[in-house]
Amino acid sequence: MANARETVQPTHAPEPASAAPLLSIRGLGSHYGPIAALRDVSLSVGRQQLIALVGANGAGKTTLLRTISGVQKATSGRIEFDGEDITALRADKRVRLGICQVPEGRRVFGPLSVEDNLRLGAYCRTDKHAIAEDLGRMYAMFPILKEKAKSPAGTLSGGQQQMLAIARALMGSPRLLLLDEPSMGLAPLLVEEIFNAITELRKQAMTILLVEQNAHAALAIADQAYVIESGEVVLSGSGKELLENERVREAYLGI
Amino acid sequence: MLSQFLQFMFSGVTIGATYALAALGFTLIYNASNVINFAQGEFIMLGGMLTVFFLKSGLPMPAAIVLAIAVPAVVGILLEKLAIEPAKGADTVSLIIITIGASLVLRGIVQIWRGKGPAVFPAFSGNEPIIIGGAALAPQSLWVIGTSGVIVLALWLFFNRTVAGKAILATSVDPLAAQLAGINTQWVLLVSFALSAAVGAIGGILLTPITMTSYDVGIMLGLKGFVAAVVGGLGAGHGAVAGGLLVGIIEALTAGYISSAYKDAAPFLLIFVVLFFMPRGMFGAKKTERV
Repeated sequence: MANARETVQPTHAPEPASAAPLLSIRGLGSHYGPIAALRDVSLSVGRQQLIALVGANGAGKTTLLRTISGVQKATSGRIEFDGEDITALRADKRVRLGICQVPEGRRVFGPLSVEDNLRLGAYCRTDKHAIAEDLGRMYAMFPILKEKAKSPAGTLSGGQQQMLAIARALMGSPRLLLLDEPSMGLAPLLVEEIFNAITELRKQAMTILLVEQNAHAALAIADQAYVIESGEVVLSGSGKELLENERVREAYLGI
Repeated sequence: MLSQFLQFMFSGVTIGATYALAALGFTLIYNASNVINFAQGEFIMLGGMLTVFFLKSGLPMPAAIVLAIAVPAVVGILLEKLAIEPAKGADTVSLIIITIGASLVLRGIVQIWRGKGPAVFPAFSGNEPIIIGGAALAPQSLWVIGTSGVIVLALWLFFNRTVAGKAILATSVDPLAAQLAGINTQWVLLVSFALSAAVGAIGGILLTPITMTSYDVGIMLGLKGFVAAVVGGLGAGHGAVAGGLLVGIIEALTAGYISSAYKDAAPFLLIFVVLFFMPRGMFGAKKTERV
């Protein structure tokens, strides 16, 4: 496995192609105290698709991902994953179903080693052999993580921490990968590397919901995209359509 | 001269081992929830008092001990479920006050149930002291020191070698990220309270044949365990052990060379001195994060 720099093996079994969406959200609302952070949000994520979510700071993108992950409570509406209602399901059980999130700001477990971080990503899994295999795949995908396997995660650079955060989520063997601002605060070269990794995952038919402030990069690789403003979905379409949309170009692409 | 010093050291390390267990109890709960659990001392008291009770009810020693560890563990879980969890989201100070309230309740219940008098049971392996360098070491002291050593080792292995232990560490570092990794953080809290209570109870059981117990021993033992945890660096496991031993030894030396009237003051003086020079305690977490 050490010499593996040939095409990285798929990190997961692709979703069977099916017309029914993997994730379907209807009329979702969420509040912080009395303040509505999400209002009547409806969207769906098709299998093997990359869906991008763009919007300004504070528009509710992160809240939406947190509500999907179950760490933020839905106050109305319904979330269905693979046809199952998960609106009230506890967060750790959603991870067991295969919803894995790379949180905003990376949030690696700083004092724990890189390898421990990865193993904790597989916390819900019991198939030791497959976990060891996936660990090898992560090291092949991000060789720097192998080099630093024994270092505390907190000593990694920002870009390395982001790779670790992505690899940690992948260790959960996701059926749906939620990525929250993976390029935030990174140098342009690292942004490119992170987007290469996302594109690679997409080629492997991973289902991805991507939240990005870097709207151009996100829309360029998205199958479908949603624009969210003040907690509401205001626009949706294919990534290409939105890239050409006048309103999106003005508000988010600075053109 | 030397034999006298050795004698003080023996008693210091013995009582210090119990403080170390109490300090580990504080550390376990603090790491999982950021709460200083001032009911920790009551777990120590419950360990001793319940052993006495179960022995009097006619149970053999091993069964009495197992129950006297299990019951406080359940009390710990109930404390989390009934007192801490409903106050979820309250600030840390409120939670700490809740634990003080809980400790008053536990102490009160035991006082009404078992009375105010002291209680004791015989040492595990008799009272024939072992003479080392002219100083007498009670066999029970060896039980205290040995068992504490085993517990410290077991906890170390749990947190450094098992995924479950690391999941608890991860939860203490970042509960949200832990949830997103699929860790049931509610479970982590319960395990921490149960473990902490069990460790405290074991300390109380081991110490009872030496110092006796009563409904109110938890106050002092708990406070000194807290001093040990803070002196060692709150949140650091090895700090809790070092802090416990240090507090125990200083207390014994004060009692021996100055006056036993001042022995209870020594630990609290120590906390001032240590925090003045080392605000994070002896082994307080150094930040190694890069953002």
